[in-house]
Amino acid sequence: MISTTHGLILAAVLFALGLTGLLARRDVIFVLMSIEIMMNAAGLAFVVAGARWGRPDGQVMFLFILATAAAEVSVGLALILALFRRARTLDVDAANRMRG
Amino acid sequence: MSATFYVAGAVAIASTAMVISRRDAVHALLYLVVSFLSLATVFLTLGAPFIAALEVILYAGAIVVLFVFVVTMLNPGSQETQWRRPRAWIGPSILTLVLAGELVVVMARGEAPQTGGAVTTPREAGLALFGPYLLGVEAASMLLLAGLVGAFHLGRKT
Repeated sequence: MISTTHGLILAAVLFALGLTGLLARRDVIFVLMSIEIMMNAAGLAFVVAGARWGRPDGQVMFLFILATAAAEVSVGLALILALFRRARTLDVDAANRMRG
Repeated sequence: MSATFYVAGAVAIASTAMVISRRDAVHALLYLVVSFLSLATVFLTLGAPFIAALEVILYAGAIVVLFVFVVTMLNPGSQETQWRRPRAWIGPSILTLVLAGELVVVMARGEAPQTGGAVTTPREAGLALFGPYLLGVEAASMLLLAGLVGAFHLGRKT
């Protein structure tokens, strides 16, 4: 039996890695990838908790996170395309002016 | 069989660290696929085979393909010859070989890779999804519709 603590530690490490990428990288594609990693880590925490109690609820929550991640990545990639068309760059700091 | 969990978790952490530290987005995507595959192995050891399959199909399949589309659309072609150097394949290949070795070991032992905990079958997950969580499914469908409309609106060439 895998201990719940180790599963949650793995989820926490993956979440911290995603957060590090989100804060450190300025390429907007890497920012989106880091968000995906963080969402995946959150889903892992749900599945670990569901396995701890032997209930399917954690897996249901993972499915909801999956739907959220799919919607987020589609809109996010469309935003990347719009940003690239407007600013000809992938730097997120190029999008710090909201006017126009 | 908790060794399967620990090896897959170590591969997941290593590949995720490589994702956030690569310079080229295509290299990072290679490591991202490895990260998702190793997490699918972790889900399998946690007694969630349905989630493991969905992780491979949706994360390592659909979402990474979307990323690959955008990266290949946006990147200038000047670096393409540099990307094709075979050195970039070495790291993901080693990590994937570790996962493949795990697969061979598990299949050779002839037992399910879950480790004593209860296995939640797709039937149980589906019954919970369309029983007490039906409202959440409807909300997720509306969220996906909003994502579709938003992506279409933002992606129009105007």
